Parts: sequence; structure tokens; C-alpha cells
Amino acid sequence: MPILKADLSACQGYANCVVGAEDAYDIDDDGVVVLLRTEIEETERGRIETAALSCPVSALWLEDA
Amino acid sequence: MSGVVIVGGSVAGIRTARALREHGYTGSVRVLEAETEVPYDKPPLSKGSVDNDARVPLISPAEGDQLGIELLLDSRVTGLDVEAQRVSLESGEALEYEHLVIATGLTPRKGAYDVAGVHVLRTLADARGLRAALADAERVLVLGAGFIGAEVAALARRHGVAVTLVDPAPVPMARVVGADLGERLSALHRRHGVDTRFGVGVTTLEQYEDGHRARLDDGQVVEADVVVVGIGSEVNVAWLAGSGLGIDDGVVCDGLGAVAGAPGIHAVGDVARWDGVRVEHWTSAVEQAVCVARSIAQPATSTDQDPSGNIPAGHVPVAYVWSDQYDWKIQLVGVRDVSTAPEVVEQAEPFRLAATWRDRAGRVTGGVTVNWPRESVRLRTAAARGGAA
Repeated sequence: MPILKADLSACQGYANCVVGAEDAYDIDDDGVVVLLRTEIEETERGRIETAALSCPVSALWLEDA
Repeated sequence: MSGVVIVGGSVAGIRTARALREHGYTGSVRVLEAETEVPYDKPPLSKGSVDNDARVPLISPAEGDQLGIELLLDSRVTGLDVEAQRVSLESGEALEYEHLVIATGLTPRKGAYDVAGVHVLRTLADARGLRAALADAERVLVLGAGFIGAEVAALARRHGVAVTLVDPAPVPMARVVGADLGERLSALHRRHGVDTRFGVGVTTLEQYEDGHRARLDDGQVVEADVVVVGIGSEVNVAWLAGSGLGIDDGVVCDGLGAVAGAPGIHAVGDVARWDGVRVEHWTSAVEQAVCVARSIAQPATSTDQDPSGNIPAGHVPVAYVWSDQYDWKIQLVGVRDVSTAPEVVEQAEPFRLAATWRDRAGRVTGGVTVNWPRESVRLRTAAARGGAA
């Protein structure tokens, strides 16, 4: 099962991820991404990964567990 | 006739190439880039510090090899033959394609300031040249107080360089954020020690000893070691002259990026006019890249709904752009009728602000936030849902 990862120190609060998949990403009051879950089903991988790739500072990615 | 040829290796072009593979495209993918640099991202070029190299790669040659994306650098395309499905290169070579993706972007304008030694900022080479110049500069003159000019002013101030920022508009950002917020952005420059000359034009700009001298139309003279021009850009479409493609301040496309009357040709990013609208935003370029890649890789499903989301594949959602100016992280969302006053919420310690624009029916159309990403998400989501907030 793909695992969603984030580099919280890289996050700049651009929030494209949240707009792309608000069931996987949120942003906290300090403007830093929050992963709502890290285990991603294969069936939703494309959508979650597209949202990850919309990050302008490449702070998000999926790894195969 | 072979595979996909992408003309332009900036974010729109490279993201198209990557998304083709993500969507299962198995043909050849070639990216033709006029520059000699391995593709890099552009927003960081005007951000960060004078001491950092602004290079943020979009793809490495190793990734290209692994993904089967052929990066052809130093490959300037000079012509397109739609009938023969072929592009010609400056080198004299020609490449055939089955699908062509036009992603040639913009070139900054110098307008009346096209004087030797004047800087613009678009490419990595521009950014490196500007950083090197600022590193030794005492005084910089920035012409144009839009996003690029404002970010360059902030970059220079962070390095301790004296900045004079000139713009013919009395409140340069008012057109984008409204009069009140525009005034606050002007004040932000002044608070960081910038000598702002707004509502003033430049009569003459000339080289003078080691630097430049500008005469302003209020009679003042400004001398500077470094001059930077940020007054906008024009689309790179000269190579399409004679191709027969529709050009109207950009390549004319339908709402899915397909070029009218030219099967197999799409355009993405700053150079593309989708459904009558041309957008110069990073996020839009990425969205268009994904959409076009999907159309090419999975033609039968290209107009279907996203399998698990609610956004139709071709729908470009809500405009979104950001700008880092001094200690303000500014995010601009959607559509703002700046002739009307927004609702503004702001907090001190730490300072943050959210301005919301609504239409007559009270629906959220867009907004501006400062240091408040969470509010920018709320605005984007609300505007995307037709304004229900």
C-alpha cells in the first residue's frame, strides 16, 4: 500500500495539495501541511499523487511500502 | 510520425512529460528546450536570497532516463509544419511528432528601457546574473512594481542594497488587490527602506559611468549600479509564424488545451490561451499539463470526470498565485472586482490578513491573504464551489 510522506520543513503553505485532495491533506493554523492519513489505497493513488505533485516546493510524495 | 514532442522545458512542459508517463503513455516523449540548463522551476528565481543559487530542478537527467523522457537541451525550435507534423530546429534538424505540446512560455519586455546592462528576470541565467550584480551593488533601480519588481526589491533589501522602485501607477498593485491593500503593499516597501517613486514615469534611461542614470518625469534623477526591468512579458510565438495556428496573445486553444483546427497539437502554460483566457500562473501550468497529458495518454476518458474527485478533467479551477515580499507571504485567489471593497479580517502578533471578495449574490469569487495559508485554502475552496462559504 502506498504511503504518503511530507517534508514539513519544506512546506511553504501554498496549499495546492489541499485543493487537489482535501480528504488527504489539510493545512494547520501556522500554514503547514497536515496529512489526514498516510496509508493510500491503490485505487486513489493517481488523485493523491497528482495533488502531491502540485506542491511547488516538492514537499509531498508517495512511497511504496 | 512518432510520439510526443514538447516544445519548452519549463514547468508546463516538464509536468506534461511526467504526467504522460503517470497516465500510462508508452510512446516516445521528447522535450525540446532552447536553453542549455537542465529544466528548472521559475518562481524561486525572484525569491530566497542574493547568496543562494535559485536553481530548483524540475527533473534530473537520471529521472529523465528512468521515465523515458528525452531532454534535448540547446534545441531551439524555429518552425512548425502542421501538415507534415514536423518541427524544425535552429540546428537545421527536423523532428516528426504524433502529438505536439507547445510550452514556449514568455520573454520579458524591456520596452523603452532596452539599454545595455539592464537586467530582466525570467531565466536561471538572468537570476544568476542579477544575483551577481546585486552582491556588489550599492544602489539598484527597479522599474515596475508588479510581482517581479516587488520581489526583486525585497531580494535586494534583504541583502542591504538601497532600492529605488519606480512605477507609473500611483498605487501599483491596486489593479490586482484593490486600492486599500495596494496602499498597504506600497507602505510595505517603504517600511523596508525602499525609496518608492509611484505615479512617476521614466523619461530617459542611459548608461552612466559604471551604472545607469534615469530621469523621471517629475524632474528627479536616479542613479544606480544595477537596473532591473519588470514591466511584463510577451508570448514566445514567433516560431509559429506561418504555421497557420491561431495566435491571439497566445496560442488559441479550446478548454482542454487542444489547438483549434490542428489535430494532435496542444498548448500549455503561459503561452496558451485556453477558452479565451491566458494565465501566467505556476499552478495553472501544472493543471493544464496534467489535463493535456491525460487527453493524449487516455483519449477516450479525457472528458470524463476525475475518477474519484468532482473536478472535470478540463476544468481549470480557481486562479491562484503567490508572492513573497519581505515578511509577507501573499496569496491571491480567484476573481476580485477591485472596484468593490473586500471584507477584511486581520490579526496582529503575528500579523495576518484575509480579504474576501463576493459577487452581488454574496458568493465568494476570490480574495487575498497575507501570511494566512489556511484562509487562502478556504477562499479557493469556496470560490471553486461556486461561492458557498
